[in-house]
Amino acid sequence: MNRIDVMKTYKLYINGAFPRSESGRVYELKDAKGAFIANPCWASRKDLRDSVVAARSAFSGWSKATAYNRGQVLYRIAEVMQGRSSQFADEIVAQEGITTKQALAQVEESIDLMVWYAGWTDKISSLSGANNPVAGSFYNFTTPEAIGVVGAFIEGKPSLISLIASVGSIIASGNTAVVIASEKFPLTAITFAEVCATSDVPAGVINILTGKTPELVGWMGSHMDVDAVDASGLSSKQLTELKIAGADNLKRIHSFKSVKSPDRILAFVEHKTVWQTIGV
Amino acid sequence: MTEFEYAPALESTSILNLQSDYKLFINGTYTAAKAGKRFTTVNPSTGEAIASISYAELDDVNSAVAAARAAYTKVWGKMPAAERGKYLFRIARLLQERAREFAVLETLDNGKPIRESRDTDIPLAAAHFFYHAGWADKLDYAGLGTNPKPLGVVGQIIPWNFPLLMLAWKVAPALAAGNTVVLKPAETTPLTALLFAEVCQQAGLPAGVVNIVTGDGVTGSYLVNHPDVDKIAFTGSTAVGKAIARAVADTKKSVTLELGGKAANIVYDDAAIDEAVEGIVNGIFFNQGHVCCAGSRLLVQESVQDEVIEKLKRRMALIRVGNPLDKNTDLGAINSAEQLARITELTNTGDAEGAERWSAPCDLPSKGYWYAPTIFTGVSQTHRIAREEIFGPVLSVLTFRTPAEAVEKANNTPYGLSAGVWSEKGSKVLWTASKLRAGVIWTNTFNKFDPTSPFGGFKESGWGREGGRHGLAAYLKGGKN
Repeated sequence: MNRIDVMKTYKLYINGAFPRSESGRVYELKDAKGAFIANPCWASRKDLRDSVVAARSAFSGWSKATAYNRGQVLYRIAEVMQGRSSQFADEIVAQEGITTKQALAQVEESIDLMVWYAGWTDKISSLSGANNPVAGSFYNFTTPEAIGVVGAFIEGKPSLISLIASVGSIIASGNTAVVIASEKFPLTAITFAEVCATSDVPAGVINILTGKTPELVGWMGSHMDVDAVDASGLSSKQLTELKIAGADNLKRIHSFKSVKSPDRILAFVEHKTVWQTIGV
Repeated sequence: MTEFEYAPALESTSILNLQSDYKLFINGTYTAAKAGKRFTTVNPSTGEAIASISYAELDDVNSAVAAARAAYTKVWGKMPAAERGKYLFRIARLLQERAREFAVLETLDNGKPIRESRDTDIPLAAAHFFYHAGWADKLDYAGLGTNPKPLGVVGQIIPWNFPLLMLAWKVAPALAAGNTVVLKPAETTPLTALLFAEVCQQAGLPAGVVNIVTGDGVTGSYLVNHPDVDKIAFTGSTAVGKAIARAVADTKKSVTLELGGKAANIVYDDAAIDEAVEGIVNGIFFNQGHVCCAGSRLLVQESVQDEVIEKLKRRMALIRVGNPLDKNTDLGAINSAEQLARITELTNTGDAEGAERWSAPCDLPSKGYWYAPTIFTGVSQTHRIAREEIFGPVLSVLTFRTPAEAVEKANNTPYGLSAGVWSEKGSKVLWTASKLRAGVIWTNTFNKFDPTSPFGGFKESGWGREGGRHGLAAYLKGGKN
């Protein structure tokens, strides 16, 4: 008799732990051929709020960690992803209906992308910082700083690349992330959460929710402790809704086409300029 | 002790060629508003009318945008970048040549002391044009990849606190990047912008590259909602900034916002106290406190509180309040009756909520709009005068015991535009600067500005920066990375 597989319960990832949705809700996920795959959690507004609290708590530690340290943590994520390649590939095949070979190629590209972002942490300042030659007796410099808690709506396909582009670019500069996985393709995001939990990523730096994007858009937009949102995964109608709600605290809202660009990092930093008086 | 009195030293207004009425500036010529509606601009130090101004309705804004679009497509967008830069150099030089005239006109219309318009506003405005002129043919090096592109037609809405300087912050980078402009000056301070139009003519700037439509917030909303405007740049209140963000949410328009602030000015017990007192005065009383980045919350360490407050009061008693055209004047007129009412209303809540008011003893002129330099002590973080932007010569004083408490209180605001730190200990200064969530930090100085230095806020103080490479980037679409 064939052995019965042990099926996995896909849960949320909040503050370094794997809770179910406090609402008790799940939604059914089917593969490309219509067969049942899993019942991922259907996150509630409360789950979103809990994630923001976790992300805010983690912000001061993560943003003040040295850039070298952050770079090593991002690189560690890539290392652990490598070990789970086949798991990611299986999920991509089930979700996206592509071949194993194509799925493995996506996983490899995703891992390399995370390595690429890992290398950026200690170079962002060189890219966008400045010493400014002001007309006066001052030493004046501008440095990029993390903006705070950044929400992210992940695009559908390719699900893992979209996820890594968003998470890698958000956390590289010291932001913390509240990630809304693609509603249709959430499995890779949850497996990625398991990677984060075993990769020296401090609790709360990355939080991942699965659920219904349309209802989460307004809640994310109106949350006054979210500073910015990567809206790459939203339709234009959802983007407008997010921007209108987000105006309440002037959220920085951006969407990106390129998965591999320093523009993604620079969109979620603030530039601070310090004037120091020179004199004896 | 002998006291020496100041003799009046009035700056003459004879340098001005004032007109009784002013028109809009569209497509290179002064153009009357189509509907013929007018409004009056007032000298706030006397309350008397200076001139009648054309009010731009939707029709007029449409004409201005059409002129800007035509200039962008046919002339400015195509012009070799070095030539574009030369026009900006010309403008910078013309502003320097006519600096005295601009300073007097600014003081007349705005109410700020001639000392400030002459030494700060106008020279910095010229410097902004000179700085950005040099960028025009070097955009490949602006950090956006090679061959970045302008955005097109830019709508710019500026406030009344630094009328010509805010014009320069907006117009100079926009033109350097190759955009054309429709600018709406503030309702109460349109005159230097309309004089700037004459500078554009003298510079031979092609028609339509700069268009100026005068009016109020409704005029501004026509610009914000215009479908052929590619970008909105706004400086003003956070409430209007949020309204603009909502208004353009379903468009492709890009937006930069420079909004309000409630800056903390932190004085540690190891500060050079006399210097810090000068910095506190400059931080809040510069330009009558009509400054978005004003140091309006003094956070003073408890152990030196008494000394600082005593010295501050002594210094405030020496502030000369009066005729803005007098070269001895330190504090000029409040810009409008409306702003005076706002300051009065908010400071009344300071009394009602239990803070202790002290105003410098000074004689205020009987005509015009005036407010004596004032501090409130015993202010708690929940008081409205500690949370809301007063935008007047009013300082709220709070205290702290530890550096961590100073930072906590400084950051306890939805704003994040600027902050000040006073201490003689370098490592403490930098520690504090690194913890403050604000876009501009002045250490052992305050209210310094420079075209090379990016300015702008965290949080609800706005989107984007003005000045430096970062400010320029807000007027360009990225090239190839």
